[in-house]
Amino acid sequence: MQSLEKTQTRSDGGVSMKSAMPWIFSAVMLVLMPFIFQSNSAITIMNQMAITIVFALSYNMLLGQGGMLSFGHAVYMGVGGFVCVHVMNWEIFGSIPLPLLPLLGGVFGMILASMVGYFSTRKAGTVFAMISLGVGELIAACSVIIVVFFGGEEGVSGDRTYGMPFFGVEFLSQIEVYYLTAGWLLISALLMYLFSRTPIGRMANAVRDNPERAEFLGYSSRWVRYNSFVAAGFFAGIAGGLFAINYEILTEENLNLTTSGSILLVTFLGGVGVFFGPVVGAIVFTLLQTVLSLETEIWSLYVGALFVATVMFFPSGLAGVMQLHIAPIKLGTWRLLVMPYIITLVPAIICILGLSGLIELLFHARHTAIGETEMTLFWVTFQHTEILPWVVFAVKAVVGFWLARKNAPQMMDAWHRANKPDGADT
Amino acid sequence: MDLILVNLIDGLVTGLLLFMLSAGLTLIFSMMGVLNFAHASFYMLGAYFAYQISIYLGFWMGLLIAPLLVGIVGAAVERYGLRRVHQYGHVPELIFTFGLALLIEELVKFIWGNDQIPYQIPEILEGAAFSISSYDIPAYKVFMIFLSLGIFAGLLFVMTRTRVGMIIQAALSYPRTVEALGHNVPLVFMGVFGVGTALAGVAGVIAGPVLSTFPGMAFVLGSIVFVTIVIGGLGSLGGALVAALIIGWMTTFAKAYNIRMEDILTGVGFTKPEPIWDSAWADLWTLTSPQIADILPYLLMILILVFRPYGLFGKRDV
Amino acid sequence: MRTIVKRGAVAALSLAVMASAAFAENVKIAFIDPLSGPFASTGTNGLHQYEFAAEALVNANGGVLGGQKFEIVGFDNKISPKESLIQLQVAIDQGIRYVVQGNSSGVANALTEAIDKHNRRNPDSRVLFLNYSAVDPALTNEKCNFWHFRFDANADIKMDALTDVMAADSSIKKVYIIGQDYSFGKAVAAAAVNFLGAKRPDVEIVGNELHPIGKVKDFTPYARKIVASGADAVITGNWGSDMLNLGKSVIDNGFKGPIYTYYAAADGITAAFGETGKGSLRLVSEGPLNPIASERAADYVKAFKAKYPDGNVSQARITNVIEMLARAINDAGSATDVVAVGKALEGMEHDSLWGGKIMMRPQDHQAIQDVHIFAHTNEGVQFDYDNSGYGMVVESSVAMASADAPTTCKMQRP
Repeated sequence: MQSLEKTQTRSDGGVSMKSAMPWIFSAVMLVLMPFIFQSNSAITIMNQMAITIVFALSYNMLLGQGGMLSFGHAVYMGVGGFVCVHVMNWEIFGSIPLPLLPLLGGVFGMILASMVGYFSTRKAGTVFAMISLGVGELIAACSVIIVVFFGGEEGVSGDRTYGMPFFGVEFLSQIEVYYLTAGWLLISALLMYLFSRTPIGRMANAVRDNPERAEFLGYSSRWVRYNSFVAAGFFAGIAGGLFAINYEILTEENLNLTTSGSILLVTFLGGVGVFFGPVVGAIVFTLLQTVLSLETEIWSLYVGALFVATVMFFPSGLAGVMQLHIAPIKLGTWRLLVMPYIITLVPAIICILGLSGLIELLFHARHTAIGETEMTLFWVTFQHTEILPWVVFAVKAVVGFWLARKNAPQMMDAWHRANKPDGADT
Repeated sequence: MDLILVNLIDGLVTGLLLFMLSAGLTLIFSMMGVLNFAHASFYMLGAYFAYQISIYLGFWMGLLIAPLLVGIVGAAVERYGLRRVHQYGHVPELIFTFGLALLIEELVKFIWGNDQIPYQIPEILEGAAFSISSYDIPAYKVFMIFLSLGIFAGLLFVMTRTRVGMIIQAALSYPRTVEALGHNVPLVFMGVFGVGTALAGVAGVIAGPVLSTFPGMAFVLGSIVFVTIVIGGLGSLGGALVAALIIGWMTTFAKAYNIRMEDILTGVGFTKPEPIWDSAWADLWTLTSPQIADILPYLLMILILVFRPYGLFGKRDV
Repeated sequence: MRTIVKRGAVAALSLAVMASAAFAENVKIAFIDPLSGPFASTGTNGLHQYEFAAEALVNANGGVLGGQKFEIVGFDNKISPKESLIQLQVAIDQGIRYVVQGNSSGVANALTEAIDKHNRRNPDSRVLFLNYSAVDPALTNEKCNFWHFRFDANADIKMDALTDVMAADSSIKKVYIIGQDYSFGKAVAAAAVNFLGAKRPDVEIVGNELHPIGKVKDFTPYARKIVASGADAVITGNWGSDMLNLGKSVIDNGFKGPIYTYYAAADGITAAFGETGKGSLRLVSEGPLNPIASERAADYVKAFKAKYPDGNVSQARITNVIEMLARAINDAGSATDVVAVGKALEGMEHDSLWGGKIMMRPQDHQAIQDVHIFAHTNEGVQFDYDNSGYGMVVESSVAMASADAPTTCKMQRP
């Protein structure tokens, strides 16, 4: 029982070095990242990650903390972004420093959320989801009709360098934009985290779990949900403003169902039960989308399969899986897990690689031009007409699967043992 | 007058197709409380399977076999996928079906490629069945009407006159009691899911040649199906039919008659700003009914959800 | 926990960015168009046409500047403007100086502005934008810039040529215009009204309609309206599935007259129309395959079909892009000084592989070339589309169309 005291978290509301550590660490990492990855495209990808993180965190305020599944969250980010781009085109932009622009996006995202939330948050669950879908589709459809605000098919574009110089910085280069985005990321994430610790944030959790009981305590679940919704709209608008600064163009794509759907994917992949889950999801998804798509044409098949696997086998998401390991680490029993993991997970990875090799071969054989039988996979070039690659991948898949299957019970057993405080056998 | 009749027929075809898609969905929802986001994907699978079968065995065999295949796939999804996720709650179930929709689209692209595939109307049904003044009514559309009405009649018969139908109706409202009475409710669930998806498959088989068969066809139709069942009332077959017909006629008539906002506004008393392209209200003034025809169902859905969350004929509380 | 994830990100990113070793010997050209998603087939076919043109027309003849070869690098933009900007940055980081794009005027608009800003802010990594298919007139009018060159006839030029042909046909008294509701569809409609009004004021425009782009599944109500209006001809700029569905619906519901289109050919559309399109479907475009201009052109098409049996030479102007770029690089004496290449490119007059000349106007960087009206048919077809037996045969031609058309472009030269 000796280690349980260490596992208790402070609940008296103070700020300790321990709880501030992750934030300080993240701040330091954000500052150092551009020195590790120096190319402009890497910085662009990191900017995209930062924007997605803010957006996903705001979405999790609804899904994870409030239990509200929304299919139209993209409109708040989109509208916030559109307002910012319009402001970039106005005369008055010359007297506004660029770093303040996302705030404007946040305000307008919040205004739209307060209008829509008024009638959509009356009930949670399926009604809420359907209304959010309807509103999302409606606004996305209106975007090609209301050309004045949404710019039609080409969208609206602006130039961020026309703003008032901020301490002499005109934001001409990518790296300056990166630090602005990273700064806003840190501030927004901190604010959202603090929001979840306030009474209203806590009540949102309560309303998610048992609305009837919350009502008995005297809280109106309807207004609690409404407040969460408006706050989520605010932060989505900030993400929209950051998007406007980064890409200087907003189009119908920012409002549509695909974007709303992908943020659901991102958040769920990362894990809705943990605060930093969406952060993990956003990073992994952006990497998959930009980097994986350079390697293979069927990257979206892998993403779809990963998503379904997540829902079926580990619905707590990647962050949830990581969290499962806190207990063994704190209890000091994690050493028990190392060997079983290696003998189970390494074959599993080999199996997955083998399967993906087979899929790539199939795809290449079926869909490429005649005469182009050469393909490169895992840094090896070969012809898809040769029998050897097929055999190699098939063997990898089968052997990997068999080995993983054989060793899985051992891993489960080790897991159970690792979770006992004194490492005792079951 | 002729044009009204023609538009009525056109709207009827659209509405009946939508009904076939939404009938299965509303049954599945009222049975299991699961809103199946992948329902339109089964519609797409129906079209693709039928195309593949029709290459070797002809259109009619495709019409017969493809829905069966889709139903089997649907039942398997329920048995091995949905049942597993059910324990985690409603939201993960929804997310699972959402992910499934994504995955099915990717698989279709993987197997058949990204292009539109040449799934054609059978020769015997090509051409016009009859004409109303100068408007041709294609024979295929008449076929679609009769098939959909036939399926609706069949469904009604099974649900209200057969023993299986009685059990299903009971399980729709009181699944626990039915289970306590000794019926194999999980089997009923699997069966209903299979039949529901098979219905979507039939819709795909007959809509494929007309609405074009390509990997995005599920996405294009997906949200309107949900709108239909929400307007009609979740769980109500009759409601789904009425809502589908309303949507079919509403969109057809809005497109057929160019009602211009300009005329309405000048009739009320506003004057049109000149030149129109510089005005901030240009979009409002140039609005015509065909432009907004496809978003009218969403407006209707939101109104219904706000004022009458049960939908038109809904039995179960959403 | 964050450390692990961030370390993983470090590894993955550095692998990706280092994976592309730049060969100093090759002149790289970035092809930014959809290679996955609903428009993948058009994009992939375009990529194949570029790769083939670079191989057959430049590399086989020794390359440029005494030995440097053209290398086409494909980037998938998934038809999204945001993704295009990311891929543009990736391409620039790989040291690529030439960007080609064409599918979607929306993406082209985003790219031309982004490239203009980038070139202004980063004078030592400037790029040229060779637009081979986005025909929104704005790109060479109010949105023009020195770095953008358009190789396709824009929407106004095509309409000018089309209305010349229609004006000569006295049997056309009523015309119905229908298009997709966005800038391109609106541009086509506006141009049609203008040019018809000037050339044949007696022609009555019985319908001028825009429908939501990519959203209409069933065109029957629109087809009914067209038949009801008594139109003799239909003009539309629709592309992709909108073109296919509109065309089929209109023909199925009883319309018998000519349908003048911008994009009713190849990419599965010719095969899907087949017999139904014969006699009605028309196309206004450049780059004729039937009749073929020369032996050399015929050999080119045959070789392309041998390598890509399922592909089509659907965007013939791609050969002009490659050939003119090669000439400009040779004239400028450098492949990295894009200002010099740009100056060599503007004002260039070139003999097109498909017959006739092509001239790049210096005032707006719009290429002027012969524009033809084609008919969809299976008679006299030497080179068909989609292996369907049907192809596009020239019906009439306008030489050097709109050579003197005005422009609002105020180009600022570096």
